[in-house]
Amino acid sequence: MNYNFRFEILLRYQAEILQGVLLTLQLSVLTMVFGLVIGLGVAIAAGSPSKWLSVPARFYVETIRNTPLLVQLFIVFFGLPSLGVRLSADLAAVIALSINMGAYGAEILRAGFESVRRSQIEAGRSLGLTAAQTFRHVVLFQATKAIYPALASQFVLIMLATCVVSSIGVTELFHQAAFIDSRTYRSFEAYTLITLSYLILTLAFRALFSFIYWAVFVRRPAR
Amino acid sequence: MIREFAGADVVYLLLAARWTVALALVAMLGGGLLGLVIAALRIVPFKPANWLAILYINLIQGTPLLGQLFIFFFGLPLIGIQVDAWTAAAISLSIYAAAFFGEIWRGALQSVSIRQWEAGASLGLTYGQRLFYVVLPQALRVAVAPTVGFLVQLIKNTSLTALIGFVELTRAGQIISGATFAPLRVYLVVAVVYFVICFSLSQMSRRLERKLHVAR
Repeated sequence: MNYNFRFEILLRYQAEILQGVLLTLQLSVLTMVFGLVIGLGVAIAAGSPSKWLSVPARFYVETIRNTPLLVQLFIVFFGLPSLGVRLSADLAAVIALSINMGAYGAEILRAGFESVRRSQIEAGRSLGLTAAQTFRHVVLFQATKAIYPALASQFVLIMLATCVVSSIGVTELFHQAAFIDSRTYRSFEAYTLITLSYLILTLAFRALFSFIYWAVFVRRPAR
Repeated sequence: MIREFAGADVVYLLLAARWTVALALVAMLGGGLLGLVIAALRIVPFKPANWLAILYINLIQGTPLLGQLFIFFFGLPLIGIQVDAWTAAAISLSIYAAAFFGEIWRGALQSVSIRQWEAGASLGLTYGQRLFYVVLPQALRVAVAPTVGFLVQLIKNTSLTALIGFVELTRAGQIISGATFAPLRVYLVVAVVYFVICFSLSQMSRRLERKLHVAR
């Protein structure tokens, strides 16, 4: 093997990498927020007794979960302009990612609500709490505790998945690998460095989420 | 020269879908074999082996598959192995799948109660007999549904190989879309083909889960 690895020349691109990290984090947070809003609506619709609500909601969840994100992204970015909807790459990325997250969010939220036992709600009501009080003091805490681990790992999955939007030209972290590659012709070094940057982000967020879980749910706050 | 999106293009997409399925099958086999090794390393009573498996799983599950694909695509030639997109895709997806299979199967093995091992030992069975006649049959019941469920992820993730130029279903869609300028129709057909494959697997996974969990 006579290839000289030159990782040091990548140090020149710190500003680009930092900018990429920030955009990746913005995309991930926006996706999480919009995805959960969509997911909440879909979870409620899917559990509704009305077929007009539940059938479309289930259709949405199944369609999204059984097709690749990349194809969903291409439909939004390349497909919608032929219907007259022209989106910037950034906007198309947020829309496609949020629609994708909505389906997974709906499944996570549904599981969370189902995890709170019926008897807990009945116990709350029999203690004289109103329905709203029961939801706030009994259901919400338990449901949040139940879905928290799934939401935390979903956030990391989204962060890793956002790199596909580099293919439509969004200048997030993964796109910076192609940029550095185009300037230095150091493909292997550039992609290795960027891929390992994701590992650092993943480990940092996992640690942060475990700390939050411990602080909020394990070390029960005195009331 | 722009032409219409016609029936022949749908046939082309369906033929390209064979490569999507072939890639997923190769990754299933390669990843399955390596995944067995990972699961074994993860449960043997020897700490360094456990750490090695945990390191592997974190490295693969903590980085984007797209990054892994590019590293193999550009990295293997550096150590003197000339690869085409197919080889890089097959290797990288196998390594990716192994991390997930390893975890699924470890969970399945550990779901069998330690008392089952003890019961086997008290009946005078050897370690091998306990593993093959007592533990594995029970672990397999637990493992089947999530394994089939992961195949859905695998099929969907083969779409990323389009970005290193491997001509499977998604890349074929890009090519047809470029030739016909009908991206919406092309990508909708592509999505339908993925849906048919993945939805059948999802349903199979759900049926298996119901069927295999009834007796527990």
